[in-house]
Amino acid sequence: MTTGTMLIDGVPVSFEYGQTIMEAAMAAKIFIPHLCHHPEFTPQGSCKLCTVKASGRYVSACTMSAKDGMEVENNTPDLNDKRRTLLQMLFVEGNHFCPSCEKSGNCMLQALAYELEMLSPRFEQFFPNRPVDASHPDFLLDFNRCILCELCVRASRDVDGKNVFALAGRGIHKHLIVNARSGQLADTDFSLQDRAAHVCPVGVILEKRKGFAVPIGQRQYDETPIGQQMDELAARSAKAEE
Amino acid sequence: MDAMDAVAVKPKVRVATTSLAGCFGCHMSFLDIDERLLELVELVEFDRSPLTDIKHCGPCDIGLIEGGVCNSENVHVLREFRKNCKVLIAIGACAINGGLPALRNSFDIGRCLQEVYLTGLNVENGQVPNDPELPLPLDQVHPIHEVVRIDYFIPGCPPSGDAIWKFLTDLLAGRTPRLGHPLLRFD
Ligand code: SF4
Ligand code: FES
Repeated sequence: MTTGTMLIDGVPVSFEYGQTIMEAAMAAKIFIPHLCHHPEFTPQGSCKLCTVKASGRYVSACTMSAKDGMEVENNTPDLNDKRRTLLQMLFVEGNHFCPSCEKSGNCMLQALAYELEMLSPRFEQFFPNRPVDASHPDFLLDFNRCILCELCVRASRDVDGKNVFALAGRGIHKHLIVNARSGQLADTDFSLQDRAAHVCPVGVILEKRKGFAVPIGQRQYDETPIGQQMDELAARSAKAEE
Repeated sequence: MDAMDAVAVKPKVRVATTSLAGCFGCHMSFLDIDERLLELVELVEFDRSPLTDIKHCGPCDIGLIEGGVCNSENVHVLREFRKNCKVLIAIGACAINGGLPALRNSFDIGRCLQEVYLTGLNVENGQVPNDPELPLPLDQVHPIHEVVRIDYFIPGCPPSGDAIWKFLTDLLAGRTPRLGHPLLRFD
């Protein structure tokens, strides 16, 4: 296997050819903020949280291949400012009322907001009106929190072979839909065993009768900030997320 | 005057606080700084606040606002604070993003009032309250930074006493206030 070396914030990081900046950074336990990236799925580069500066240009670390001699800026005030702005846009676009969310404390969006010290939404709230889908006996879909990362879409299509989810619409009208004539989750073959049931980084796809089971203080990001959970992020698997 | 006297007459920082569309949870959390309140009152004095019952805000150094804006009175109070406070701080989820009261934002306010006061179960001879003393509800609940400029934000529902203490002591000491892990929390 041919390898190369790049610099991330001045630290030499070796990689195997074909690896992305994100993969190499993860292997070297260097945290690059990310939302739509998941080690198990083909990267799609849509959330832009992982934006780094590689040899002077802004690129998505999750889709850009590492190159020998590349100089990557990652943890800089400039990039973290931009990432914080992206988070603020995600927060105002949906309805993210953390105290009422079952995913609070285990949510990547929230954990990244803590990591990047997002103190305010800064922009005007959209307050969209998105009804929830509680039709399924075992799952609740709260679309108010969807950040359109397409992890559920990818998992259901590529792993479960079911195609339960899709994104519809364009631009600001883009939204998550359920592939059933009725549009209801109950009318699909979605089940507890699906990979897609356990992949949402925020609080959209929620297992019923499981809410608030873990007390505050013991949730995933209560003790250790996300930026220091490199092993957990790299090992995200069906098991870990159940 | 010697140095000791100069310290003694140093004017206290004047602080005003209020709750708009909030539940007073942030004020309760503020009181959770417990015995540190004694330390705090060495440094600050209170203007308008539920703690003093002063009804209108005079010139202040710091204003702390709990709660979002859900009616016309909230807007007036918020503007009064902005006019009088050098530094205005949004404290808690409701002030910062509307919080729980903003859960009503996807419902039509007119239809809500009708249902509660006219057409709802067990309502007889109902009428929608319209006393001129009552502030008019806004069609939606808004975070306060959408109405006036806000200088600082202390997230949390409510923020812990420790978070509030850290923030205020940073500010009073002239440092940039900073809430790191684990004080920065949205729930
Ligand atoms: S439901 Fe969750 S996993 Fe699916 S696109 Fe939305 S945020 Fe991503
Ligand atoms: S993690 Fe790279 S674009 Fe989303």
